[in-house]
Amino acid sequence: MSSGFSLNTSFAALADPTRRAILSRLARGEATVMELAKPFEMTQPAISQHLKVLEEAGLIVQRVDGAKRPRRLATAGIDAMDQWLAMLRKALEKNYDRLDEVLAAMEPNIRRKKQ
Amino acid sequence: MTLKTEGDTHIVVTRHFAAPPEAVYRAHTDPKIIQQWLLGPEGWTMPVCINEARPGGKFRYEWTNAKGAGFHITGEFVELQPPRRIVHIERMHLPDPTPDNHVETRFDPDGTGTLMTIRMTLPDAKTRAAMLATGMEHGMEASYVRLESMI
Repeated sequence: MSSGFSLNTSFAALADPTRRAILSRLARGEATVMELAKPFEMTQPAISQHLKVLEEAGLIVQRVDGAKRPRRLATAGIDAMDQWLAMLRKALEKNYDRLDEVLAAMEPNIRRKKQ
Repeated sequence: MTLKTEGDTHIVVTRHFAAPPEAVYRAHTDPKIIQQWLLGPEGWTMPVCINEARPGGKFRYEWTNAKGAGFHITGEFVELQPPRRIVHIERMHLPDPTPDNHVETRFDPDGTGTLMTIRMTLPDAKTRAAMLATGMEHGMEASYVRLESMI
């Protein structure tokens, strides 16, 4: 059932300010580990650890460019889930609005039954 | 209505109704009543509504619109505790069957009304994509119907 995207782990991933800053940087375009480490004055292994968390949460993906592995935002998974949930919400709300009317029409019968 | 995901495996929906649990339960199990509200957008009808509301009983819901487009779901009841709880399994036919969706519906007294809580399996990414893709092909109406069938 895994699509690589999980709401719970993505919230946990976003709880860290460095990771949020990495995502902001990637929103401007893809970047390598070296490019991402510079503004934080962090070692590459430290940045790599953050990147691993973001990848496992399905928030970023990498591609192969020779010896480099540039990262970019994985918006597709988030968008598709949001889109699907929005569609489900709309559909259910429509159904239940209709059910409200059906129940209101049923009421007199229920009251009579209870007597 | 509230709709939330629970981890990456389930969806939980809650909705209050201004009617007692007996009425809301009946509206979910009597096929003649189901046909009045489980419909989709304007222009769709539910010509087939088979609902054997007993453990092991089967159900089959078919929808069609004025243009002759159609869609159906099938399922089985696992447990029924009138008027408080229904456990069932269902799948959509797109036309290939989607993975089984396990659904638990509760009708709890809430003042003079009912608080309905539904806990259902979150479909996998492939199924979600298939549902969205079909929606774009046939218009959003068809996908609303498919999603409504997940109740």
